Amino acid sequence: MVLTRSNKKAPKSQTPPPFKKLSKAQTPPVKKAEKPQTLTLKKGAKSQKKPPLKKQKKEDVVEEEDPLEEVSDVESEDVDESDDGEKGSNGFFSDDDDGEEELLGDDFLDGSGDDEEEERSDSDAALSSDSDSDEEDILKESEALDRAKAKEEEDADAELLDFNKEVGPDGESEHDAFRMPTEEELEEESRGPPDLPLLQTRIKEIVRALSNFNVLRPKGASRKECSEQLKADLASYYGYNTFLIGALFELFPPVELMEIIEAFEKQRPTSIRTNTLKTRRRDLADVLLNRGVNLDPLSKWSKVGLVVYDSQVPIGATPEYLAGFYMLQGASSFLPVMALAPKENERIVDVAAAPGGKTTYVAALMKNTGLIFANEMKVPRLKSLTANLHRMGVTNTIVCNYDGRELPKVLGEKSVDRVLLDAPCSGTGVISKDESVKTSKSLEDIKRFAHLQKQLLLAAIDMVDATSKTGGYIVYSTCSLMVAENEAVIDYALKKRNVQLVKTGLDFGQDGYKRFREHRFHPSLKQTKRFYPHVHNMDGFFVAKLKKMSNMKQSLEDGETVEQADVSSDDDEAEEMEKHAVPNKQQPKETKENKIERLAKSKEKKKGKKDGKSKSKNVEKKPKKKRSEWKKEIAQAREEKRRAMREKPKEKQ
Amino acid sequence: MRPLDENETTVVFEKIFKFVGNNLKNIVENPSHEGPESDPGRYCFRLQKNRVYYASESLPGLPRDLHREVHPRGSFHLTIMSLNLLAANAKHKVWLKPTSEMSFLYGNHVLKGGLGRITDSIVPGDGVVVFSMSDVPLGFGIAAKSTQDCRKLDPNGIVVLHQADIESI
Repeated sequence: MVLTRSNKKAPKSQTPPPFKKLSKAQTPPVKKAEKPQTLTLKKGAKSQKKPPLKKQKKEDVVEEEDPLEEVSDVESEDVDESDDGEKGSNGFFSDDDDGEEELLGDDFLDGSGDDEEEERSDSDAALSSDSDSDEEDILKESEALDRAKAKEEEDADAELLDFNKEVGPDGESEHDAFRMPTEEELEEESRGPPDLPLLQTRIKEIVRALSNFNVLRPKGASRKECSEQLKADLASYYGYNTFLIGALFELFPPVELMEIIEAFEKQRPTSIRTNTLKTRRRDLADVLLNRGVNLDPLSKWSKVGLVVYDSQVPIGATPEYLAGFYMLQGASSFLPVMALAPKENERIVDVAAAPGGKTTYVAALMKNTGLIFANEMKVPRLKSLTANLHRMGVTNTIVCNYDGRELPKVLGEKSVDRVLLDAPCSGTGVISKDESVKTSKSLEDIKRFAHLQKQLLLAAIDMVDATSKTGGYIVYSTCSLMVAENEAVIDYALKKRNVQLVKTGLDFGQDGYKRFREHRFHPSLKQTKRFYPHVHNMDGFFVAKLKKMSNMKQSLEDGETVEQADVSSDDDEAEEMEKHAVPNKQQPKETKENKIERLAKSKEKKKGKKDGKSKSKNVEKKPKKKRSEWKKEIAQAREEKRRAMREKPKEKQ
Repeated sequence: MRPLDENETTVVFEKIFKFVGNNLKNIVENPSHEGPESDPGRYCFRLQKNRVYYASESLPGLPRDLHREVHPRGSFHLTIMSLNLLAANAKHKVWLKPTSEMSFLYGNHVLKGGLGRITDSIVPGDGVVVFSMSDVPLGFGIAAKSTQDCRKLDPNGIVVLHQADIESI
């Protein structure tokens, strides 16, 4: 009796650590990041039901657990099963701990751990001759177990190698390690239609390899080859063109790239926005629930958003929708308006307003006070814009149809408090809504969009009155992930106008890039926000909030130059005030231009600058001037500023 | 964009009167609460391209919503954009049962069987604003029968001739 007990306990005492580890790990929630552990926890319950089958394996497997723990990439079913076994066995052990003493006291054949105890005793019997010499038996057992353990470790290593080879999918032999396809294989593939399962496995393999390239690199393949192959495979499997895949590849590491591409394949959840001009979210939710719509509040950062899981009636056709109680709007479209934070009785411009989701939100936030100019360039989209405005009961909005770049001329510069610019973009963030973006966008398109966005942003900045009491803000947003359309555009505006980035007011989302590949942006760009479908479960989006510091059109690069400009431009300031009062006309500008030049000359003489051309530092952008001249002026102005900067500290000294 | 002349004004007012009755005064003299200025200007009617707009005075030259259409022949139709304004001031109202809401929204006339409530003293030919039971304005129409007659009607009799509803935007 005692022997049996000790026999039974011997194995446990011999190898307590792994068992104890397991028992601990089993009951509280697993906090280890390793997959095998978590997977086995789930399967542990199952395996406990099949004790008789897995008995033999369990013992062996128990020792195997240690080496396996070290390998984090192991995903094969074999390993899982073995882990299952050991989990199950451990369960039994822990049960035995409790129940065994009582049971064994009476009859070791009874009790829950019955079979196991029998088996244990069998195996023990095999090892030890008789139950008389305890210690000898224990020693022998321990030696045997050690040997078994060592053997298991070897087997485990060998299995690992095998496993690596087995999963390698490339073409012919299964026992080779994963290797890149040769040229002949690629030719063969390109001849027929793409072999989707092959592509999928290859994609997975390369992503795995790239994530830990030093360890897992396929033989003879450089990182670049792997990347190229991955891009080609992703492009053909998911239907992207090479440019877009390349662009996404530059933005994300391989594992995240897979996540985002998978996220693009699925739709984001449908969301609606309560129209606070007409109803409250709670009331609307009640009414819609009565109609059989399954909905929830959108998230904690929005008080007006609701997410619709499913609905018995079409959500865009309920009488509530028609009466303007809510608007079908993606969650990401809430963000720029929240960042804009319009106040009542302000003047706001929405430069690209159709179909009007954001415009109506702005109006709702302003409670129909103040004035909104909703501009839309494309005539066919005007109808939907007006329809939505009417439907939602917005009465403080004027719809106009201009090119956004002309708006400052039409509405006047420095005439509004805030501007919302949801710029036309490549749409790379909303691929889940529009699959054609995958194939239709090229580098030229991106460049064209970026150029347009820069112009629009400058126009938007010009419209804002920096001296506005409550405002002076511009919110720039796109539904694109490309740096060229987002951070680069903001950086350009920072250089060209006297604006500063401020906090968007959105406390979630990823910060924008301060630097990206070879680009270096202004450090304040980390106050911009990026949103991703695979992280935030909304469409890809970019939001930036700018504050206009002064109405002067030149950009000021830092504090010193500001002072300098103020100090030296006393004369010019008076002029600029006059200029601002007078609308842009050709003749007054020219005379003022001459004035500036004269002043500039005099200033230059004062400061002893060597610049040959007599162009003013504080020259203003005049749309009538030739572009090349203007560019030269700006470059000159910058050079002079820099020189002045250098001189000033010297002067101070 | 110009103010309405005599004839046009009478036509417009008459039409509105059908729906709104003496509340016409409210409409015409409603103090404007919109616009950036603090002191309210009044609303007024303006004409542009055959459409009459009801706009705030304080914003000259800027078209606003709530318009009605004037046909070249001189007859005047109220469009659905004016629903908000009419609904606030309507004299004759009809409430629909939930089951017949969608039917009205699809353009059908209101039948007796779909009628929930109806204001008294409706004369045939009056303008009527149609609401749902939750007081959501759905559209407007012309009364086909007086309130008394409605009570005697069989359930399939037409009560309100559909003119415009919110689904037509």
